[in-house]
Amino acid sequence: MALDRSDIPNIADLARLAIAENDIPQYQQELSNILELVEQMNAVNTDDVQPLAHPTDAVQRLRADEVTETNQREKYMQCAPAKEEGLFLVPKVIE
Amino acid sequence: MEWEVVIGLEIHAQLATKSKIFSGSSTAFGAEPNTQASLVDLGLPGVLPVFNKEALNMAVQFGCAIDAEIGKVSVFDRKNYFYPDSPKGYQTTQLHHPIVGMGHIDITLEDGPDKGVTKRINVTRAHLEEDAGKSLHEDFQGMSGIDLNRAGTPLIEIVSEPEMRNAKEAVAYFKKMHSIVTYLGICDGDLSQGSMRCDCNVSLRPKGQEEFGTRTEIKNVNSFRFVEQAINCEIERQRDILEDGGSIVQETRLYDPNKNETRSMRSKEVANDYRYFPCPDLLPVVIDDDYIEAIRSHLPELPDQKKQRFMDDHKLSEYDASVLTASRELAAYFETVAEKCGDYKLATNWVMGELSAAMNKSDVSIQACPISAEVLGAMLLRLKDETINGKGAKTLFQSLWEKQSDDVDALIESLGIKQVQDSGAIESIVDEVLANNQAQVDNYVAAAEDKRGKMLGFFVGQVMKASKGSANPGMVNSVLKTKLDEKC
Repeated sequence: MALDRSDIPNIADLARLAIAENDIPQYQQELSNILELVEQMNAVNTDDVQPLAHPTDAVQRLRADEVTETNQREKYMQCAPAKEEGLFLVPKVIE
Repeated sequence: MEWEVVIGLEIHAQLATKSKIFSGSSTAFGAEPNTQASLVDLGLPGVLPVFNKEALNMAVQFGCAIDAEIGKVSVFDRKNYFYPDSPKGYQTTQLHHPIVGMGHIDITLEDGPDKGVTKRINVTRAHLEEDAGKSLHEDFQGMSGIDLNRAGTPLIEIVSEPEMRNAKEAVAYFKKMHSIVTYLGICDGDLSQGSMRCDCNVSLRPKGQEEFGTRTEIKNVNSFRFVEQAINCEIERQRDILEDGGSIVQETRLYDPNKNETRSMRSKEVANDYRYFPCPDLLPVVIDDDYIEAIRSHLPELPDQKKQRFMDDHKLSEYDASVLTASRELAAYFETVAEKCGDYKLATNWVMGELSAAMNKSDVSIQACPISAEVLGAMLLRLKDETINGKGAKTLFQSLWEKQSDDVDALIESLGIKQVQDSGAIESIVDEVLANNQAQVDNYVAAAEDKRGKMLGFFVGQVMKASKGSANPGMVNSVLKTKLDEKC
C-alpha cells in the first residue's frame, strides 16, 4: 500500500513531529517502503502460527505490592522548564 | 415512532493496591502534587515497568466473582495518544487479550414499574490498565498544571454488553458492580474521589429493528444519580434529533449536572487513531488453573450469596435482603446488630425502619452513623428481654442517636424507661385508672362482648399514660382484661 502525500502531515501530527514541507516526498517514499515490506509478510500463510506478543519466550515477572519509591519531587522537577506549586506547567491544553 | 434505547457501560474502577500498577509509588489519595510520581510514572527514558502482583490478583478475583473466563495469557498493549497528563505518550492497557473475558451479573430494579425484576447483563470483558494524571486548568500564567500522582494507578475497565434498555437498568448495573468490587475489597468504591467512573454509551433504534443506531459516549460520570440523569437527557436529545429527521453524530459528550444537558467534548473532526501495539516493555502475563482456582476458592461472600443466606437462614423478605446487602458496610452493620441481639427480624425492622429514617433525615451514611452496630444490638437486646418496651426503645434510640451516651443500660436507668414488670405495681395503676373512669367502665360492662376488645384500647392507653409509658403493655392488657371481666 502506497501512502498519499496528504497522509504524511497527518502521521507526523500523530507523532508530534514537525517536518519540513520539502521533506514530505522522502518520508512518503520511505514509509511506503515499510508498508510494502509488511505487505510481503502478509502474503505468508500464518494459519497455524500463534500470534507472538513478544520475541522472547519469557513470561512477565511480578512485583510484590509494596511502596518502594519515596518523594523525589524536587530532584525530578529540576529538568522541568516550567513549574509552580509542585505542578509541572504545560501549554494550556483546553480551548 | 416508538424507539428502543440501547445502553452499554464502561466502568473504570481503581484497584485498592498500595503501590502503582508498574512502579513502587504510593497510590494514596490526597498527597501533595507530584510527590507520588516516580521515574516510571513520569515516563522518563531508560526505565522499565514491573507489573504489580496484587493488581493481577484483584483482576482475577473480579473475573471469578462475575463468573467470567479468565485469560490465562494476557498481553499489555500501548494505546498511543497525546495528552500532557499521560507523559509516556501512551496508556498501557490490554486490547486483544484482556485478563477477564465474557462474564455476567444479575441486576434487580429498585423502583419503577419493574421493581424487583431481575435481569442478567453480560459483561463483555474487563482489562487492566493504568490511570492518567490530572490536569489543572486554573490560571498558571496562562498554562495548565500537571499532577502525576494518579498516573499509573491500577484500573480495571469493565465493559458491558449493550443490553440495558433504560437509565434505571444502567444505574442498577453500576450499583451492582460497585457492590461487587467493594465486597471483594478490590476497590474502595469512593465515587467522590473518582475511585469509580462510568462512561455511558447510548443509542436509539426504531423498535423491532435489529441493527444498532449511531451511539454517543458520555464520559466520566461519577455518581449513580448522574448516570440516570445523563442517560435520560441524552436519550431525549437523540430522540428529538431523530424525530426531526436528523442523524446522530458518533462522538464523546460530557454531562453537565448544573444545566442537566450533555454537550460535545471534542471539536476535532479527526477520529482518534490510537495505533495500538503490544507493549515491548512488558511480557505476556501467564497464569495457570491452580492459581485461578486458589483465588476462586478464597472469594469472600458476595452480595447475591449474602442476600440468599439472609432469606434462607434468617427468613428475611427478598426486598429487605436486597436492601440490606446492597452495600458491604450496611450488610456488616446489620449482621453485627442481628448477632448482638440474637434476632434477625427485630434487627431488620430497626435497621430498615428507625435507623434508615434517622440516617436519611440527617443525611449521614452508615459509615458515619452515630450509633455503632454493637450499641444498637445491645439496645435491641434490652427490647427483646423486655427490660424496655417499644416506646422506651424509641426514646432510648433518640438519646443514642444524639450521642448522650453509648452505655445502653446506664441510659435506660437515667431516662427512667425501665419497663414496669411488677404485677403488683401494674395492678395498682389499673385500679386507679378504672376508679377514675367509671363511665367508660359502665359502657364496657354494658357493651356486647365482641365490641369490648376495641374498648379495651382506651384503658390500655390510660394505664400506659399513667405509668409514663414504662408499663409492660402485654401485662397491662391481661391485668385490665381480668379486672374488667370480673365486673361483667
